[in-house]
Amino acid sequence: MTRKLLTALLLGTSILGTAGLAHAADVTLNIESWRGDDLTIWKDKLIPAFEAKNPGIKVVFAPSAPTEYDAALGAKLAAGSAGDLITCRPFDKSLELFKKGNLADLSALPGMENFSPVAKAAWQTDDGKSSFCVPMASVIHGFIYNKDAFDKLGIKVPTTRDEFFAALDKIKADGTYIPMAMGTKDLWEAATMGYQNIGPNYWKGEDGRAALIKGEQKLTDADWVAPYAELAKWKPYLGDGFEAQTYPDSQNLFTLGRAAIYPAGSWEIGLFNTQAQFKMGAFPPPVEKAGDTCYISDHTDIGMGLNAASKNADAAKTFLSWVASPDFATIYANALPGFFSLNSSPVKMEDPLAQEFVSWRDKCKSTIRSTYQILSRGTPNLENETWVESANVINGTDTPEAAAKKLQDGLDSWYKPGK
Amino acid sequence: MAAETRPKRPFRWHIGVFLAPALLVYTAIMILPLAGTLQLSLFRNIEQHQVFVGFDNFRTLFGDPNWSVNFWNALRNNVWFFIIHMLVQNPIGVMLAALLSSPRLRFAAFYRTAIFVPTILSFVIVGFAWKLILSPLWGVAPHLMDLVGLKSFFTPWLGKEQYALTALSLISVWQFIGIPMMLIYAALLSIPEEVIEAAECDGITGMSQFWKIKLPLILPSIGIISILTFVGNFNAFDLIYTAQGALAGPNYSTDILGTFLYRAFFGFQLQVGDPNMGAAIATMMFLIILGGVCVYLFLVQTRLRRYQF
Repeated sequence: MTRKLLTALLLGTSILGTAGLAHAADVTLNIESWRGDDLTIWKDKLIPAFEAKNPGIKVVFAPSAPTEYDAALGAKLAAGSAGDLITCRPFDKSLELFKKGNLADLSALPGMENFSPVAKAAWQTDDGKSSFCVPMASVIHGFIYNKDAFDKLGIKVPTTRDEFFAALDKIKADGTYIPMAMGTKDLWEAATMGYQNIGPNYWKGEDGRAALIKGEQKLTDADWVAPYAELAKWKPYLGDGFEAQTYPDSQNLFTLGRAAIYPAGSWEIGLFNTQAQFKMGAFPPPVEKAGDTCYISDHTDIGMGLNAASKNADAAKTFLSWVASPDFATIYANALPGFFSLNSSPVKMEDPLAQEFVSWRDKCKSTIRSTYQILSRGTPNLENETWVESANVINGTDTPEAAAKKLQDGLDSWYKPGK
Repeated sequence: MAAETRPKRPFRWHIGVFLAPALLVYTAIMILPLAGTLQLSLFRNIEQHQVFVGFDNFRTLFGDPNWSVNFWNALRNNVWFFIIHMLVQNPIGVMLAALLSSPRLRFAAFYRTAIFVPTILSFVIVGFAWKLILSPLWGVAPHLMDLVGLKSFFTPWLGKEQYALTALSLISVWQFIGIPMMLIYAALLSIPEEVIEAAECDGITGMSQFWKIKLPLILPSIGIISILTFVGNFNAFDLIYTAQGALAGPNYSTDILGTFLYRAFFGFQLQVGDPNMGAAIATMMFLIILGGVCVYLFLVQTRLRRYQF
């Protein structure tokens, strides 16, 4: 009953909403999104830029709350009142919409050639044949460091693992700063900023990830256990009581200048720029030997697709082609430092920290988080288990080998590759 | 009898009319959802269709180690959560009530209010406040312990597998201590003066008066509190969720049935929700609580009644 009521309400608002615009002869496109934070950027920058180039098409950005987005979108799609353009969550959530026929196939959309296969992977069928969302932005993992602290202690930016640990030792011996700001209380920090951050260097990015999905490699292989072994070595460099340190605690420790290195995701840039009173720099996850190929986690996070039931499909496709263009990428990436365009053509960004992050794309190979595609569909859920086990490894509850074995056993129980 | 002597008595419509509102509301918001949950647990979503599968979900829950290990872990944690409440919350509640009802205590109304206030706070506030108090970085707990020379006993309790659940149980005790206190306090006040005076005439005063006269008289209230605690604890979810998150870390050591149900039913992060398995867990929670309440009603309460006037 509540569902019907909700549907009726949504239907009502959509009719009223469009009724107000009906007098305009132009085509009006509605964008569904969970990014309420971006409303001003869309209204003031992105939409005017598009409308200036495409007279006759009006665009309305209509976000809903992040926690309600998926449910509200589902109800609107079922009632036929959803907007023409739909902001896509990565992987299974959007794939499900595509399979239900809610999202149109965009493989042939002009502009899609601007994206690399890795960028498109988050919004493709498992066989990679059909794409259904235009990739918009990704987040990159690395380490942000306190430049003042490094200068004071005379530490050079580490590029190899030995240099990295030597730097940590030096900071610890000095005692002014906590060497690394990370906690295990919220679990995901250990997995996302830890395991998925340093891991690609061990499992060779996409090669290892693809082999894992095909079943050619296992999480118990040396390349997948080694990042856990490194994580276990982080323990002495974390602050007192890191077991109860939450994600906001870590952020505050770093921005207050009490910690020297912060295992980061690029989404922190915006916040850190406003909070930190010192100079910051960033370095990619260190490699084993100088000159080794480096791999970074360049994780696809947000995309945009076309509602299959849209009455303005042609106008919507024009808009999506524009979203796939370098123009859009430049405006978007500059308005939201830390959310990087997935466009293959380089984007000029003003923010120095964001520039540093994105420069790694040229010298390193990109991959996405190993657990996101396909492998987290069953029970137990590999991503959630990775959170728990990464924290366990750092806390010393589990050895790296034991953690890897638990994850592989859990995966084996439901995932049978090649069938 | 009445029906035989006056066979033409009209049907008493007003009974139905007066019962209807409560019955309808209760049916709509309690009985139907409950029946819906039980029904949901017997189905499974196969290829976007709900298919009847009998007790297969329960077989998965108990037979598949991926589910059963988590279920038993959650149940074990829940039992420990309950034990702490019974051992700490209720005795302290009784003690506080006994102190409050003492006629010589000054500012009784103030204490009563102060101790009861946490109960009306939101879980979210309690969870965040205690997370901050116990924070090893900015919390007051390490600082205060340092002042009295106990700093070495401080550990990040909420982050340690062996302490986290106990710490959370004690936080919950802190929050809810007001309820047993108020109920017992009311029960103590309702003991007739004559009984107390008679006891005093017989020379029973002070502590022995409490143990021999008052405690037996408030036992029914303690029984009610126990059952309220039982139901509340096995339905608990909010405090763990706000303090530890849905994964109930570290290493699932604070996972109770409520958080386990939440993850199964609604999903979490990449884990997609499975309403059918969630309903199966909810059904098990219902049965556990039903079992506990039945034990109380049929075994305990019947005996307690004998003490009542």
